[in-house]
Amino acid sequence: MNEDDVDRIDRNRRHFLTVATAVTGAVGVGFVAVPFLSSLKPSARAQALGAPVEVPIGSMLPGELVRVLWRGRLVFVLRRSDEMLARLPESLGELRDPNSEVIEQQPDYTANETRSVKPEYLVVEGSCTHLGCAPLEDFEVRPAENWGGGFFCPCHGSKFDLAGRVYKGVPAPTNLRVPPHRFVRDDLILIGQDTGAA
Amino acid sequence: MARIEAEVGKPQGGFMKWIDDRFPFTETMKYHATEYYASKNFNWWYVFGVLAFVVLAIQLITGIFLTMNYKPAAVDAFASVEYIMRDVEWGWLIRYMHSTGASFFFIVVYLHMFRAMLYGSYKKPRELIWIIGMMIFFVLMAEGFAGYLLPWGQMSYWGAQVIISLFGAIPGIGESLVEIIRGDYSISDVTLNRFFALHVIVLPLSLIGLVFVHIVALHEVGSNNPDGVEIKQNKGPDGVPLDGIAFHPYHTSKDLVAIIVFLMIFSAVVFFAPDMGGYFLEHANFEPANLTATPEHIAPVWYFTPFYAILRAVPDKLWGFILFVLAVLLPVFLPWLDRARVKSIRYRGWIYKSALSIFVVTFFVLGWLGTMPAEPVYVLAARIFSVLYFAFFLLMPYYTTIDKTKPVPERVVYHG
Repeated sequence: MNEDDVDRIDRNRRHFLTVATAVTGAVGVGFVAVPFLSSLKPSARAQALGAPVEVPIGSMLPGELVRVLWRGRLVFVLRRSDEMLARLPESLGELRDPNSEVIEQQPDYTANETRSVKPEYLVVEGSCTHLGCAPLEDFEVRPAENWGGGFFCPCHGSKFDLAGRVYKGVPAPTNLRVPPHRFVRDDLILIGQDTGAA
Repeated sequence: MARIEAEVGKPQGGFMKWIDDRFPFTETMKYHATEYYASKNFNWWYVFGVLAFVVLAIQLITGIFLTMNYKPAAVDAFASVEYIMRDVEWGWLIRYMHSTGASFFFIVVYLHMFRAMLYGSYKKPRELIWIIGMMIFFVLMAEGFAGYLLPWGQMSYWGAQVIISLFGAIPGIGESLVEIIRGDYSISDVTLNRFFALHVIVLPLSLIGLVFVHIVALHEVGSNNPDGVEIKQNKGPDGVPLDGIAFHPYHTSKDLVAIIVFLMIFSAVVFFAPDMGGYFLEHANFEPANLTATPEHIAPVWYFTPFYAILRAVPDKLWGFILFVLAVLLPVFLPWLDRARVKSIRYRGWIYKSALSIFVVTFFVLGWLGTMPAEPVYVLAARIFSVLYFAFFLLMPYYTTIDKTKPVPERVVYHG
């Protein structure tokens, strides 16, 4: 290439081609990235394994807690006694979200005073809304500690009442999540599905 | 005729010349070893880079052999680790070398980082070496974390649950991000499978790449030394720094002593205390993962506990996450936070010396608090020491400016 040729280079054209090539390449990379990133999402099998689970509750005694797994997540089913239900309004002032206003944390049919379909049966995910540890049940009433019974997370000290509502001043930001569920019969709960009933 | 043939057919300069014409072997050896000049006043703080390299080799070799018997599936993982421990010939040794190696990697790297803080090795012109080093540290943390899930014990499972849930604190994208990390609605077989891929391919590959770049950057700029003197500013007539001696054979033979001492300590742990009283291998992890019950007391392995204590000190999910990330990231900015004119602690004033001492104590106390249960007294202590941790970094531009420094000598000096 001699000096005359250098003068004849169309720099605008060269710049356009460089940018066009880069943009085309970037778009291609973007498209190819989709299948790779999508492969990281829960697969069809993982979704299928997330099928609803049935929990027979006919033999549960008042105050009894049953643990089941739904989608690999721990779910608590608690049959609350009349005394437990009577204590629910006592701690309202110390709760962060007493009226279940954070809508992601429960289906709207449980956004009520007991956070349940039937007042007696509490169904909540046993996964602390802080960092996912399984809270421990602590139903013993200790007025000296201002504790009316509920759930306590051993990892970072979050506390929840008997409706899975979070106390103020603990790391967990929201109430325990209520999974979608319905009563198939009076003695059978289906967790993971709520169509057809409320 | 016969003579010409002989000259054409015979390689000029032998086998090495043949290689060097095709690959810069001799040149590379000279540049990185026999003619790489590092300061002659190196002390024992300068062995941890080489030791980190040794641990990396141990981890790669033992890791490869572990993959030959380990099964990355939720139903098989725990049993396959027990199989390695009991039925595979010498399997226990290979596994304990790997698990002990993980802890020693962090011991060595933390000491290596502390050396940089003692002698200002992160300061200009070595900022990039420091940043690449911090990236190595981040990859190492990810590697340790992913590896800890693999045995599928109680602490593997619940530790991963806690750390992965951290990302759920990010507003907006948090929950979907967590789902993509897990590949499922909870930590499951799918998660284990992909953590295995991360642990044995993605992260080690990144680690090796970063270590390579770390050393290339170091050899471009040249090593710092305990005096923080730039030895390249005083060269002899042959162009060799007057205070420098060749990395090989001089520094390598000294490093060999360090490697032997290191391997003695390493072996002592492997053979006599592989779980190190629950610090290297937590006792809860000798139980298979139980999805329905979190262990009463859950703590990460020791090398994460200083940061975990900071996370736990904050009574808010999002802010806990932010401060946790900040605590891990802040050291990256040391080259710019530190405004002192001198590099080495030898020529710094009492303010920096005190600040660094308090920082070391803070780091140890936070590390200890991170292993303790979340009781009010520990949480309060964690809050106080978290403030000290952040103060060390955030107030650094101020206190390193007002600190009185001593004059730095022209050439390196010896202290006894």
